[in-house]
Amino acid sequence: MPMTKDDVIRCLGTIAVVLKENKEYLTQLDAAIGDADHGINMDRGFTAVMDKLPGVEDKDIGTILKTAGMALVSTVGGAGGPLYGTFFMRAGTAVPNKYELTNGDLVALFEAALDGVVQRGRANLRDKTMVDAITPAVDELRKAAAEGVDTVEALRRATIAAEEGMKGTIPMKALKGRASYLGERSIGHQDPGATSSYLIFKAFLDTVSTHT
Amino acid sequence: MKKLINKVDDVVPEGLAGMEAAHPDLIKVHYNPNFVYRADAPVKGKVAVVSGGGSGHEPMHIGLVGVGMLDAACPGAVFTSPTPDQMLEATKAVDGGAGVLHIVKNYSGDIMNFEMAADLAQAEGIEVESVITNDDVAVMDSLYTQGRRGVGTTVLAEKICGAAAEQKRSLKEVADICRKVNGWGRSMGMALTSCTVPAKGSPTFELGEDEMEIGIGIHGEPGRERMKLKTADEITEILATAVLDDLPFKSGDEVLAFVNSMGGTPISELYIVYRKLTEMCKARGIKIVRNLIGAYITSLEMAGCSITLLKLDEELKKLWDAPVHTPGLRWGV
Repeated sequence: MPMTKDDVIRCLGTIAVVLKENKEYLTQLDAAIGDADHGINMDRGFTAVMDKLPGVEDKDIGTILKTAGMALVSTVGGAGGPLYGTFFMRAGTAVPNKYELTNGDLVALFEAALDGVVQRGRANLRDKTMVDAITPAVDELRKAAAEGVDTVEALRRATIAAEEGMKGTIPMKALKGRASYLGERSIGHQDPGATSSYLIFKAFLDTVSTHT
Repeated sequence: MKKLINKVDDVVPEGLAGMEAAHPDLIKVHYNPNFVYRADAPVKGKVAVVSGGGSGHEPMHIGLVGVGMLDAACPGAVFTSPTPDQMLEATKAVDGGAGVLHIVKNYSGDIMNFEMAADLAQAEGIEVESVITNDDVAVMDSLYTQGRRGVGTTVLAEKICGAAAEQKRSLKEVADICRKVNGWGRSMGMALTSCTVPAKGSPTFELGEDEMEIGIGIHGEPGRERMKLKTADEITEILATAVLDDLPFKSGDEVLAFVNSMGGTPISELYIVYRKLTEMCKARGIKIVRNLIGAYITSLEMAGCSITLLKLDEELKKLWDAPVHTPGLRWGV
């Protein structure tokens, strides 16, 4: 069953709730290797997204995602603002004028989002960033679409891959962002950006599994 | 958390409102998006100098807006880069037709947000040049990280570029001067205590009563080494040696020495550091011909200091001495 426009709106709502619940947790992760603001910033950003949604809820999925991205760019700040803002703006650009998303559309959406993040942040795999959670998730989505499994199963595999990617950042030495200044001391800590990326995939999965 | 604030969410806007009330002759404040700009902006035919960054480092940047320094500054949330819409609106508000220089400290967030803003401004027909400051010698393996952080030299670059812009130099010239200052300046800081971001409510890091962090970043990022507390002379020796060894400052060079408080250290202690610094420079035949001592690039209430040395030539000396009139820095007027 394809994802509908209303599913996408519910996903954004779930992300907002999950990020609020994890505000302190993400900030604590960031305090260990960054500057202790990631949870606070993401919560502020998705609160702004929720404020903007009523104005576009009748529009297509592309417009809804682009609106979310623009709200993030103008409220989050830090590195998270341009990165997650670009993530959602590119995601929206990949699915113009659509009111339903097939698994193929989901792949296109998340591939575009990942490309945007890589371009904006110039991070590579294993730099200990959100790219380490998103990349394996997008790989799984692509495989799942090729196998023809349903959306819930595709997102389940993507979320598991994102979680593994997130945990995989723990032994890494950070090469990008503020954590890179710690060098060896960044080893042993989970990357906060990879963690919020995992939470976003999980929010997609949880929304879709409870509504289908 | 013990702070002189009302509501956590109001820390930045209420500070801006106070600054606006105190200095109506020098600055104006725009809200939503937030930026501080020169009261007489835009100055026709003059390159505008714009900077910005997280709040919590005051007077940098919002307190350095005025004649002879910044045309506008964009404050983010505490320790968080401002957003592209702030920088875009600030850039538009101060563009006098001669282009706009963005001075950006080397942090991934600041760079990405300023980059997006510069793209948007250029799309609207405003010429923008960006110069990134990265003078913190505490970051040793800069090839394998985000690179050196922008710290103390940023304040000096803002003063000097502001003066160059007042002389109606071109955007390219002002940007070249900025790059020269960044290339000739080096800094390193240290912390005696942590600081508390209001929205977090607890100290950013733990530091024992008898410990200090050498090479601290201005957001409490860890530096080179945590060690047992030492005397002011020993600390000055560690910081100044790292700075002096990094840039081949050589005998006969003239420098500006900038001893900065991280926010919680009193000026009296900065002079103890400056005293030792002059001895060290003298021993190496380096002449301190200008100085700046005080709290200019801070880290909330963190106790500690940073030392910046900037090599000077005749051009930079003249630009440094030129009049400046901002809430945080003033002479010659």
